[in-house]
Amino acid sequence: MTADPWNLFLVFGFFITMLFICGLYCILVTRSLIRAIIGLELLIKAVTLLIIVAGYINNRMSLAQSLVITVIVIEVILVVIAGGVSLQIFRHNGDLDTRRLRNLKG
Amino acid sequence: MNVTNIDLSLLGIMLLAALWTVMGRSLLKATIGLALTSAVLTILIFRLNSPLAAVFELSVCTGLITVVFVSTISLTKPLTHKEIIEMSKNRHKRYIYLPLILVLTAIGLVLLKIPNDFAVPQPPETPLSVQNILWNVRHLDLFGQIIIMLAGAFGVVTLFTERRKDDR
Repeated sequence: MTADPWNLFLVFGFFITMLFICGLYCILVTRSLIRAIIGLELLIKAVTLLIIVAGYINNRMSLAQSLVITVIVIEVILVVIAGGVSLQIFRHNGDLDTRRLRNLKG
Repeated sequence: MNVTNIDLSLLGIMLLAALWTVMGRSLLKATIGLALTSAVLTILIFRLNSPLAAVFELSVCTGLITVVFVSTISLTKPLTHKEIIEMSKNRHKRYIYLPLILVLTAIGLVLLKIPNDFAVPQPPETPLSVQNILWNVRHLDLFGQIIIMLAGAFGVVTLFTERRKDDR
């Protein structure tokens, strides 16, 4: 790998790692279901940027873009379904506290 | 493309927006922070020669997902003043470690010696357009996307509809 793409990968990789840690920490620490979905969103954003950077370095931008479009479609559906599930849990429990999910059967 | 100061600034803003999203108290502000992260990511994707993905990211992730989050938040009951004070005390303790972890990871990444002898595959002789790849090479992805969208529509109808008391 020549110096320029390598340099680009290192710089972007650094920030992608940071973004990934932010999302992961949010999921692990939070007690709100909506905030957990937000953390998941941050993780997906890190992955999206990684796919684009990998495609740029390998000169396969079209493939990377098509993959990112697929990721975005899945991301939206995931957020909508997770939002709906959160809403149902709110109606059932009266709040969105993840600790209260232990009272579910099964 | 060399990494310019603009790219570094954008990456920094994206990280700060993400931090604000995670550490902020208000859910609504966290949603706005997520939209800001998405918008800055859009600019970065556009600068990496991916305009189609950037448009999708801007319209869907910055727009639609923010609307979905705001709708979900507005359908839930706001916290009482007492609950907000109680949560703020605990939040401070839980989220104080995130900047520390980020700084430690940054130091670790800077000190880490990553070998730069990865082999990059040759670029394709006849580069295909995004449309060609989506319709001809990865058409199974499209099939999956259609199924997922149908599942999403079914999920919205099922989950967002308020059931009557006698149905429960």
